[in-house]
Amino acid sequence: MFQIARSSPVYDVVIIGSGAGGGTVTKVLADLGVSVALLEAGPPIDPAKDFKEHVWPHQVPHRGIGEGGMGYFGPTPWAFGYFTTTSGGWQLKGEPYTVAPGNKFEWFRSRVVGGRTNHYGRISLRFADYDFAPYSRDGLGTDWPITYDDIAPYYDKAERFIGVTGSKEGIRSAPDGIFQTCPPPRVHETLVQRAAKKLNIPCIPSRLAVITQPTNGRPACHYCAQCGRGCVTASNYSSSQVQVFPAMKTGRVKLFTGAMARELITDGTGKVTAVSYVDKATRTEQKIRCRTVVVACGACESARLLLNSKSATHPNGVGNDSGQVGRYLTDSVGYSLSAHIPALEGLPRHNSDGMGGMHVYIPWWLWDSKNKDFPRGYHVEIGGGFGMPGIGSFAGECRRHEGYGKDLKDSIRNRYGANVGMAGRGEQIPNENTFCEIDPDVVDQYGIPVLRFHFQWTDAELKQAAHMHDTFKSILETMGGTVIRPRANFLAGEGISTGGEIIHELGTVRMGNDPGKSVLNKYCQAHDAKNVFVADAAPFVSNPDKNPTLTIIALAWRTAEYLAEEMRKGNV
Amino acid sequence: MSDVSRRDLLKNIALSATLGGLSLEAAQHVHGLASQEKVSTGAYKPKGLNAHEYVTLQKLADFIIPSDERSPGATASGAPEFIDLLASQNPQMLAIYTGGIAWLDYTMQRRYSSNFVSTKPEQQLALLDLIAYRKNESAELGPGIHFFEWARRMVVDAYYTSPIGIKEVGYMGNTAVSKFEVPQEAVDYALKRSPA
Repeated sequence: MFQIARSSPVYDVVIIGSGAGGGTVTKVLADLGVSVALLEAGPPIDPAKDFKEHVWPHQVPHRGIGEGGMGYFGPTPWAFGYFTTTSGGWQLKGEPYTVAPGNKFEWFRSRVVGGRTNHYGRISLRFADYDFAPYSRDGLGTDWPITYDDIAPYYDKAERFIGVTGSKEGIRSAPDGIFQTCPPPRVHETLVQRAAKKLNIPCIPSRLAVITQPTNGRPACHYCAQCGRGCVTASNYSSSQVQVFPAMKTGRVKLFTGAMARELITDGTGKVTAVSYVDKATRTEQKIRCRTVVVACGACESARLLLNSKSATHPNGVGNDSGQVGRYLTDSVGYSLSAHIPALEGLPRHNSDGMGGMHVYIPWWLWDSKNKDFPRGYHVEIGGGFGMPGIGSFAGECRRHEGYGKDLKDSIRNRYGANVGMAGRGEQIPNENTFCEIDPDVVDQYGIPVLRFHFQWTDAELKQAAHMHDTFKSILETMGGTVIRPRANFLAGEGISTGGEIIHELGTVRMGNDPGKSVLNKYCQAHDAKNVFVADAAPFVSNPDKNPTLTIIALAWRTAEYLAEEMRKGNV
Repeated sequence: MSDVSRRDLLKNIALSATLGGLSLEAAQHVHGLASQEKVSTGAYKPKGLNAHEYVTLQKLADFIIPSDERSPGATASGAPEFIDLLASQNPQMLAIYTGGIAWLDYTMQRRYSSNFVSTKPEQQLALLDLIAYRKNESAELGPGIHFFEWARRMVVDAYYTSPIGIKEVGYMGNTAVSKFEVPQEAVDYALKRSPA
């Protein structure tokens, strides 16, 4: 077994994972004067070296399709294309997961400092007041142990610190926050706004974690639309650049990269005393001693770590006396549709890059409607404009137009920028058939038991996806467009995204007031192990129609302050 | 621009950014350097295809995206080089092009007793007019149609990712600006044409 020298340091807090949750806890604790150790399973990241911002495709011999044109034949090692900053993938070599027969699930995992925040869409939406009490409203799911008022001050802190664009709108489904000015709508976005207005659907300035004014030493956005590649000027939020690197400057953060957590080690009383991890570089077992631990590995990975932390006092894993760890997994409902818009053909050329993402979006607008056949709702993201041409940009036009020569060339030029896409992101109700557990037969290359997923949509989600199609079609047709694909047979499971594909997986280590029905208390502290906290999307009780990152940051901030206070009082 | 100098520059940018001192000029400078164009020298020696195959590919590429009064065509943009390079790295890709070009030559031989590049332009166009459309799918033309889809797709990819193609299609971004603005002229153009 492990040898730990008596003299090895005991960290006040060991944080496992450096994404939005772990990054936030690291920064907040370091600012409060707490010394922490931060474990990251992946390598460090160096924006100067690792980000491909500003690079043109023709500056790379294969132009982004990969050596030998690999992307023409199948998947490449780059989940979102060669130029998007590398932060993980759908499959990690030597680290499998399994999916139960008859189920479908895709798990995107990140292994790098900053995790998925290095590339994500930066959409930053507050949950609505009613999102915290879903069961009270419609009898489905479970209420959160906290209310909007509990988390609102932390939304404020998060928005002030990371910087979020937006405008005051007074829409109940999309609470206003502390916003920086959003740049104006692009031409196609103006058309969407006009069509939506005709249909009585709101379409408002985007809420993105992109700064449009200098903020905390970070310069304002320079509007190159390449947020997904990572921003060398840190003008968008990533936990690496905005939280971890600045926190390290305090001298109170010890970062361990290539440190794959295996297990939380507990003493006879059930208290966690150390984290055992694999140092990937040396392939050796290491242990780091701690007074408290913050698990922030990403929802499913956090559940896996807790389930794998079995001992005499925690026979089902740390935090799992209730048997609830891994349950209530959800992802967002995803559906997208695009159309060719004749009004945009031949549009006078201009630079439409802007922020890396849409400048307007559609918040959920039917929260009070009884006139729909599914519970809850979705928001709509909008795509279009003159994007940087890349491999595949005109593949659709080649298929549609066929032929060759001057005709083809003119058609490509004329229809460039005339496509508008809409993507819905909606709420899944937690169900009994959707969860993750330890696969009893499979371990990864480090010998760590892996997760097995069970994932099923229900009619609630399938009907919602159908509603998305009808909405998008009516907006796009109001704009004069012709949609690209027909209505799928949604009730047969067609059209809707695969579980996990939207990368909003959450809810596996839920919070609640009843220790028999939840894993964590309202501060994301384990009911059955008081020095264990969780700070990612695992504690979420529901998965509303808002991207999770802003709420991960707010909740982690609240947990970090609570943890520091409990430590000060000597309670943990 | 060499990778090393770009790296150094970005490092400085990142450093000044963390200090809060990045100027717009500096950001613009990075974009400017990153956009230095790799110009086709015309002296490319094929790595995957043989000389005849490469000349045929050039001919085909210029049929797919020809030069016109606005802009040069596919060969000037370096499209055949891109395809040849990938083919030289991947036997599967190479087979698509050697096989496709051999099919073209054999078919022209049967029809006009000469290979593709040596036949008359109207004869070349007559065959392309058949294989450029899926509706002409038949046992005889299938391989040609399949090959032409590959060639069209990759020539278009290469052309529009080249500096010449970027200019032709009119992409004006990948640059640093202090303020994002939408020209009123463009908004008016779309609104006037829009039913909504």
